[in-house]
Amino acid sequence: MATDRVVIAGTSIAGVRTAQALRAEGYQGEIVMIGAESVDPYDKPPLSKQFLSGENDFSDIALLGSAGWAGIEAVPLLGRAATSLDVARKEVVLADNERVSYNHLVIATGARARTLLDPNGSPVAQTIRDVQDAVALRERISRGGPVVVVGGGFVGAEVASTASQLGAATTIVEAMPVPFSRVLGPQVGEILSALHQDNAVKVIAGVGVDSVVPGADGTSRVHLANGTTLEAAAVVAGIGVIPNSEWLEGSGVAVRDGVICDEYCAVDGAADVYAIGDVARWRHLPTGEYRRVEHWTNAVDQASTVAHNILHASEKKAYAAAPYFWSDQHGTKIQMVGDISPTDHVELHTFRVLAADRRIAVYSQNGRLTAGVALGWPRGMVLMRKLWERNASAAEAVAELEMLAHNAVRARVVPA
Amino acid sequence: MRIAANVGACQGYGNCAALDPHHFDVDDDGLVIVLRDSVLDGELETAAAAVRSCPVAVLELLEDGN
Repeated sequence: MATDRVVIAGTSIAGVRTAQALRAEGYQGEIVMIGAESVDPYDKPPLSKQFLSGENDFSDIALLGSAGWAGIEAVPLLGRAATSLDVARKEVVLADNERVSYNHLVIATGARARTLLDPNGSPVAQTIRDVQDAVALRERISRGGPVVVVGGGFVGAEVASTASQLGAATTIVEAMPVPFSRVLGPQVGEILSALHQDNAVKVIAGVGVDSVVPGADGTSRVHLANGTTLEAAAVVAGIGVIPNSEWLEGSGVAVRDGVICDEYCAVDGAADVYAIGDVARWRHLPTGEYRRVEHWTNAVDQASTVAHNILHASEKKAYAAAPYFWSDQHGTKIQMVGDISPTDHVELHTFRVLAADRRIAVYSQNGRLTAGVALGWPRGMVLMRKLWERNASAAEAVAELEMLAHNAVRARVVPA
Repeated sequence: MRIAANVGACQGYGNCAALDPHHFDVDDDGLVIVLRDSVLDGELETAAAAVRSCPVAVLELLEDGN
């Protein structure tokens, strides 16, 4: 083919960063971006935080910058979801039956929020996954009344933090005995629960939700398994996501809770097709496991990997970045690196640096570092990520964190 | 190329320092420190990836002389 064309299905962070990485590496061919949403690309982490609070508007979270589509020389096909894939003809089929041919295809269709359904299958909770969700929830919270967040995960916790900041009486309901414990383990889960309670968010843990019954006035009643009923002006479901991979059914591409791909993010069952971000389940080389990770940094790093692999077929890079995510709740920055298992040994350390207490949880198995969580110490987390990447011991990690704490630094902020 | 940083807007996510520790670090309160602002040709792919990895877009790669 005379002109090379990369088609990117998905216009969220993974898709946009792929296009940017291709251009940064000097790719001169065509880029076509297919987006199910009709709005220009935007960044999702602020939806549960600054965008929900009203501090940010859409222009603050736009991903393309002032140059727009021209800045990445990409052709957008917006509001036109990909509905099927023809791997033999190397074509993506859109909802209006238009066929878009590709030399390389990057699947970055992301995931959508699970929600709570009534017995008839109708949603009875709001979610926060796209900009319309966030606008609707902001509007609902602004009318006043209590907010009930179902699910003690990070997105739900961020919504609770923001709702509380906006003045709403806010409750988190979590079925597990300790919120956040599925991801962070019980010790750090308890610390985060206390953080919410100290900031006027009520935490009800170890209790499931039996039903959510909407009332005629737009409010709802949340019936818990212990017989309690909570009145809610807004019910928010923070109960996980479902990968947007249905459009690939029947294409020959392997899908098992995510699109199966190898360590280069190359998809099994189709030539020149890659998958990245929340929709991808990729082979993690060190363990041989197939993993699907729903973090922003994973999507961005995989975008760089795939852009490189498209342009350097003979020098492919395996994707093996340290799992990392952050969350901001009640003014505290929570950062995590690694893989936490329920059997990890956990040590909690507090370091006094620049007149503030910095907490770090060091997770290990047989003395070997498996993960770290930092609360309010970004520099400590940068070190933890390096320690994790070089497979340090927990003892080395603690010793180096102590040294770091003794050598505090402050960046120089030069007025623009 | 060279790196420019809007340090005051940094949120300390640390992705830049994780990807490209030759050019970036963060301080204890989570503000970026550009260790060296010049980017050599062989460093460009990594530095550009680090710039793209900033969740709050405070980093930029500029042509020399700008």
